[in-house]
Amino acid sequence: MNIISLTHKRLLTAVVDWSITLICIGAFTTLILLATGAPPVSTYYHIFMGAFGSWVKFGHSVKAWIPLTLCACGLLYTFKIGLWNIGIEGQMIMGAVFATGILKWGVGSENEILFLWLSFPAGLVGGALWAVVSGFLKTKCGVNEIFAGLGLNFMAQGLILWLIFGHWKQPGIASMSGTETFPQTLWLPQAFAVNVPPTGIMLTILALCITAYILRFTRIGLNLTAIGNNATASVLFGLHPDRYMLLAMSLAGGLSGLAGCIQVVAVYHRLIPSISSGYGYLALLVVMLAGFRAGMTAIISLFFACLNVGSIQLPMVLQLDSSLSGVIQGAMVLVTLGVHAWRKRRAAS
Amino acid sequence: MAGKALHPVTCPLSPYFMRIELHDIHKYYGVSRANYGISLTIEPGTIHGILGENGAGKSTLMKIMAGIIRKSRGTILINGQPADYCSPEQAMKLGLGMLYQDPLDFPSLTVLDNFILGQTSTVRIRKQAFQCRLNRLSEQLGFSLNPDAPVKSLTIGERQQLELIRLLAIGVDVLILDEPTTGISDLQKDVLFNALKALAAEGKSVILVSHKLEDVENLCSRVTVLRHGMLSGNMTRPFSTEALLKMIFGTPPLPPLLSPIPPGYPILVMDTVSTIGGRCGLRNCSTQIREGEIVGLAGLEGSGQEQFLRLAAGMKKPTQGAIMLNGIRIDGRNHYAFKDKGVVFMPTARLEEGLIPGLSIAEHIALQNNRKGFGLQWSESLQKAEQQINWFHIKGTPNSPVETLSGGNQQRLLLSLLPETPRLLLLENPTRGLDVESTHWIWEQLQRHRLRQAGIVFSSTELDEILMIAHRILVFFDGRLTMDVDTKQTNIHELGRAIAGKH
Repeated sequence: MNIISLTHKRLLTAVVDWSITLICIGAFTTLILLATGAPPVSTYYHIFMGAFGSWVKFGHSVKAWIPLTLCACGLLYTFKIGLWNIGIEGQMIMGAVFATGILKWGVGSENEILFLWLSFPAGLVGGALWAVVSGFLKTKCGVNEIFAGLGLNFMAQGLILWLIFGHWKQPGIASMSGTETFPQTLWLPQAFAVNVPPTGIMLTILALCITAYILRFTRIGLNLTAIGNNATASVLFGLHPDRYMLLAMSLAGGLSGLAGCIQVVAVYHRLIPSISSGYGYLALLVVMLAGFRAGMTAIISLFFACLNVGSIQLPMVLQLDSSLSGVIQGAMVLVTLGVHAWRKRRAAS
Repeated sequence: MAGKALHPVTCPLSPYFMRIELHDIHKYYGVSRANYGISLTIEPGTIHGILGENGAGKSTLMKIMAGIIRKSRGTILINGQPADYCSPEQAMKLGLGMLYQDPLDFPSLTVLDNFILGQTSTVRIRKQAFQCRLNRLSEQLGFSLNPDAPVKSLTIGERQQLELIRLLAIGVDVLILDEPTTGISDLQKDVLFNALKALAAEGKSVILVSHKLEDVENLCSRVTVLRHGMLSGNMTRPFSTEALLKMIFGTPPLPPLLSPIPPGYPILVMDTVSTIGGRCGLRNCSTQIREGEIVGLAGLEGSGQEQFLRLAAGMKKPTQGAIMLNGIRIDGRNHYAFKDKGVVFMPTARLEEGLIPGLSIAEHIALQNNRKGFGLQWSESLQKAEQQINWFHIKGTPNSPVETLSGGNQQRLLLSLLPETPRLLLLENPTRGLDVESTHWIWEQLQRHRLRQAGIVFSSTELDEILMIAHRILVFFDGRLTMDVDTKQTNIHELGRAIAGKH
């Protein structure tokens, strides 16, 4: 009886919490839209229709959800150990680069399907390697992971441009539109009509479940939390903070590399300069908003994916500037964080 | 009075003498009391010493005087007028200023900028005028400060000088100094003492808080001793060291109850080991810890015991000298190597160094049994947590986050996390914050390890506890091991002298 009422109370608090947050988000975003002169109701309508208006549009949202969630999953490990893996963007790019390398090698071979599957581990390794570089700089040289990550992001961006305009340029012309499109045999199979790769969805869900399990029920999860909360004391418990930092970094890098790979094999079918689409940075926000919980991460990244995809058509339909969706996104994040901080302070006092 | 001034140190605006009277000052933190009915008078133009052990209530009393903490009860009279102030700014306005143990300054600014900070309210700063003032004051007090040097390049003694001058320039007439001689050189100490004497001759009052008998005896004209938060006694020049020691430490405790031990093989040997860190590091320390032996570390906080324990645990590496563990040289290896050999370290800062905030008791137990398997044996950890909670009388549940436990309960949890069969236990203030009964109970538990021939090294601020428990006592003073003695061959007075730096 007691336990039931306690659960009820908790549920109620959560519902109230989220209602307040959503109301505040709605109010603030509406204000911003009014200030920019956009009609709020039709803006919301078009965003909603842009994300859910048809199966194909919803398919686009899901295709944005996959890399966002994979990156967020990886970030759960690094946040647990107290690292700010800003370098996730570059790690995703390197995953895409490694995957493209394998696919290019496989073009015209007899066993193309083999190369298609090989591109996944390649993406994983690419992202993980890039993450481990930042991990080593952090643990061995004392370079803050934020600076290391930022630097490596620029390097990855430079590398991808160099490849697209150099070694991997399209025959005849080098262009910002990317490398030559791969033959359909090297595309990840898509579910008919909605254009969604079932393999990608399955991999993402699998990654979510495994991450949730590891963080919750295994030694690794406990140790990551322990080191994140107090590295000095964890040494007395016999833990090696350095090793676990490298582990967390390589897991995060691996998952975001996988996201980069899926962008190549399932979305663009070639390497383009903006292959990461800013999903890495967005994933940082997603994880923070989700309160570092795996389940919430999936839901919040779906929300952001829909918002991203839904606002694509705003410029065409309403003649609004395309940067408005970014403004809406930023406003939402700020309000959510603000409301959370306010609730926390009230709970404390 | 003004005729007595040897050097006109401050601006002529404040030829103002202050007599401070404290009446029946009380300070409670919850149920524990830090000050209990303390009354004392500080005459103008004197240097007044405040003596007492760690935790005797000196710092609390000084912070009340400086307006940093509020008293629970009692009155403060300044020249006969009741004064009620509750912030350092208000105290400063009345003329009371405190020089902290760690000077409060801005390391990246220059000496001059630090001097100007807090003294000016105009938009444009007249640097030239301030520089003249700084130079004049430092010359008069016999200091040599370069106005353009960044404060981070200064020694602690020089930073103290700067802070002292700043307080004088603001117009402070009563100076409170908290342990000013810790961490400064003998030469700087002489300079400081001469300056303080000059200030007193001019009519200012100086209150000197110290553990060091020698300093107080050299400098002060009157001494007040605190013990357990209460006034233990007053004395004016000439001082009797014996009487002062008795006031500080109380009457000698009963002779220690020790079961005789057969001297075992040495577990840990240190040979002229030095390291840096803390207030004064540790220099040329040589000693050994044998099997089945309990060694107590005595000394003022920050005299080198902390570094000794961390060196012995492999938490830091010596800059010179050798450390042998079980006859094998181990210095230069990390804590994991020491831990593999059965060395266990329990730090004093529980939430900062020993426990992990955010994790529950059960999760700490799970961390402790870490080595086996990929998954966590949750039921096992919960069960063990339940056991330990009962056995160690921890007030909490297996799922309580450790930061919600009280200090004493955190200490018990740390003790419950000690492994079953350690070879060398290094305990930093293991019974701090525990009542007498719990302290006894814990030492009974620890005796079990001694009977297994493990070595135990512990530090404590309670001399009584050290005399009662330890077979051997190491006394640290100013970063050096100054006394290594069998408990049976010493007494509380001799130890008190050694702790206060008198030989």
